[in-house]
Amino acid sequence: MSTTKEISIGDIGSRGAEASSKLDGDKMALNVGPSHPTTHGVLRLIMELDGDLIEKCEPVLGYLHRGDEKIAENMTYNQFVPYTDRLDYLAPLANNVAYALTVEKLTNIDIPPRCQAIRVLVCEMARISSHLLGMGVFGMDAGAWTPFMYTFTEREKLYTLFEELTGARFTTSYTRIGGVARDIPDGWLGRVESFVDQLPKAIAEVEKLLTRNRIFLDRTEGIGEISKEDALAYGLTGPNLRACGIDLDLRKDKPYSGYEQYEFDVPIGTRGDCYDRYLVRIEEVLQSIRIIKQVIKDFPTGAWYAEDAKKIFAPPKEKVLTSMEELIQNFMIVTEGPQIPAGEVYFEAENPKGALGFYIVSKGGGVPYRMKIRAPSFCNLSILEKLAPGHFLSDITVILGSLDFVMGECDR
Amino acid sequence: MIDEDFTKSLLQKHSYLTQQDSVDWVTFECVPEKLLSFVESLRDTEGFEILVDLTAIDHGEGADFRYSTVIHLYSLVQRGYLRIHSTCTDNDKPEMPSVSSIYPAANWHERETFDMFGIHFSDHPNLKRILMWDEYPHFPLRKDFPLAGIDTPLPADDVVEVTQASVEPAPMMGGPFVSSNSGSMSDSEPRAKDESWTEKKEKPV
Amino acid sequence: MGFACFKRLVRNKHMHMTASDVAYNGKVEGDVVVTRADAVINWIRQHSVWPMPMGLACCAIELMASAASRYDISRFGMEVMRFSPRQSDCMIVAGTVTYKMAEVVRRIYDQMGDPKWVVAMGACASTGGMYRSYSVMQGVDNIVPVDVYVSGCPPRPEALLDAMMKLQDKIGNESSVRNLRKTSAGAVK
Repeated sequence: MSTTKEISIGDIGSRGAEASSKLDGDKMALNVGPSHPTTHGVLRLIMELDGDLIEKCEPVLGYLHRGDEKIAENMTYNQFVPYTDRLDYLAPLANNVAYALTVEKLTNIDIPPRCQAIRVLVCEMARISSHLLGMGVFGMDAGAWTPFMYTFTEREKLYTLFEELTGARFTTSYTRIGGVARDIPDGWLGRVESFVDQLPKAIAEVEKLLTRNRIFLDRTEGIGEISKEDALAYGLTGPNLRACGIDLDLRKDKPYSGYEQYEFDVPIGTRGDCYDRYLVRIEEVLQSIRIIKQVIKDFPTGAWYAEDAKKIFAPPKEKVLTSMEELIQNFMIVTEGPQIPAGEVYFEAENPKGALGFYIVSKGGGVPYRMKIRAPSFCNLSILEKLAPGHFLSDITVILGSLDFVMGECDR
Repeated sequence: MIDEDFTKSLLQKHSYLTQQDSVDWVTFECVPEKLLSFVESLRDTEGFEILVDLTAIDHGEGADFRYSTVIHLYSLVQRGYLRIHSTCTDNDKPEMPSVSSIYPAANWHERETFDMFGIHFSDHPNLKRILMWDEYPHFPLRKDFPLAGIDTPLPADDVVEVTQASVEPAPMMGGPFVSSNSGSMSDSEPRAKDESWTEKKEKPV
Repeated sequence: MGFACFKRLVRNKHMHMTASDVAYNGKVEGDVVVTRADAVINWIRQHSVWPMPMGLACCAIELMASAASRYDISRFGMEVMRFSPRQSDCMIVAGTVTYKMAEVVRRIYDQMGDPKWVVAMGACASTGGMYRSYSVMQGVDNIVPVDVYVSGCPPRPEALLDAMMKLQDKIGNESSVRNLRKTSAGAVK
């Protein structure tokens, strides 16, 4: 004789709450990181667990604090460009551009259209490269290894293009105050175009593996939901903010570097959960492809640096070696730094991770008096204290993966 | 839009404000006592919902008022930024009211500012170091603190016992070649900060 | 080295070798290889280095790239990245070691079982690199012994692979049996 007993699984959240009410043992303190695969670098979380349920979560930062702001106060403006590479090291070109734009705002120089187009192009390529890694690693955090391999194949193609343009795979140091380091190489635009032509197919492959994958859905849908109010209160920016349903994209709101000429949509989420953040990133990659195609279509000719900015931009090498005036100009800029007028300036650019802001106080001359870097990852992570409690320990992995932060930028 | 009318109306409403010149965004100087109420009214009535940045400036040891804080707000309604300066009145024990009760985003920014400048934010829920370790005795972004750092013990005793490591000033000779802000051209060109090792002198052992 | 001994034995098999009765017996010819214990141990260790990716900063991205599709570190038997120090042999310190992180790096190093090796990947881990500042340790060799330094900021994946091959050579020349008798001194409890 056998009896059957029906077991209903019910709602996962309420199950956790029920379990916690039955077990009133001691709370457990759990330390995650600073060296842990889910923390994407050197983030440390000190959590208080009740069974499997997170009751308190305290992030500890600073394990990668390298003193960038202090270093900036001791350098000329151009000398600091390589340090901006290493802020968000998944999208160094976007950081370079944001930094150059900030300093240029103090100076009133006109950046020629070709230079602006190059900057938009590299920014969007950086966005693709950052989001590709974000998607791959997010898949890995949710237990899927394969998407990572697909996205890295695409990233390697991008790295080849970056290398051709800048000479380095990802520590590019490409921009200078008043221009870029060098013009684009011959035939490079065609190679970029053929890369973006085949990219949607590769994205579709990743999507096939993840987007409607049952396990992936179960692990991300409804997990880590951020309300609109919280997102604003904690100063979230970038895809994390847009996934909550807030239409804030600085490329649209405060267009810089000629973004107003290009047509693109800003994807917006509805629920603000991990799955929405993933979808927003996928869509942003596709929008970036759209922008890149438009940039390439009418690529402006002409100067690729501000020619009239004699005290700011060092002229190209061939001119320095052949003309006395340019030689002196080059000498002055290298020794004294680009001459930036006194004043204070704050500028934010829409980077892949969110709004990367630089606040520069200049007292004139070639060295900033104070530079503050507003790191999007720093602000995006601050919501963790609010977000994590009430989730299971296993959800922390996907939540961290979906927030897509970089510690280099967070700790500076 | 953040235009002249908007600025005028704010100045009328809040008599303690003074406007400052700026190349980019509208900038106000606000007295610390009124900072909280001003910021709150900005959020509730003017739509400045996002605190994007909070930081401080050290005006140098000789300045009358050495420290001031800078807040940048962004409004989704106006689609623009606003900058608020506040000066700390006490140079030895700089203090500022904490806006983290109004903008939770300020919580970490204020901790960072405390960590780097030693500005105390009153009524902050959890004011402790965020980037450096808790026992670290200095405030690195103050102007009198050297870039190379200052000798300090490492926080973990057992690691120190085995490795004899400690926080040592970083070598400043042989590069990085950094520029000074002032002086004649020969002084301001990029050079190593410590000149005990140059092309004219042997590298010390 | 093991193969060299084996070849010599095969070449000399028609000769009378009294000393070889123990190790080289006509009945089990072909199944027995005589070699030095060091050679065998080193050969095994060389080709199954399990790295512990101590990903600290930018170099970690190149470390990931060397594990991913184009560079494929598994060609050298090193794809088994273990995030648990107990399961790994070689710590790849990829990135800037700050003073705050130094303690952690040392503790993780101590948790690794012997024998263990350390690769300092990139300028920051080797010397502090471009970060000469108050918070950055000027080289990870202040706290852990380093076997191979890799230059570059960041090094290309090829450079890392080259470093790993250098490490293999180094492992191949170790006196493993003698080292077994040594106790691991100076560990942090």
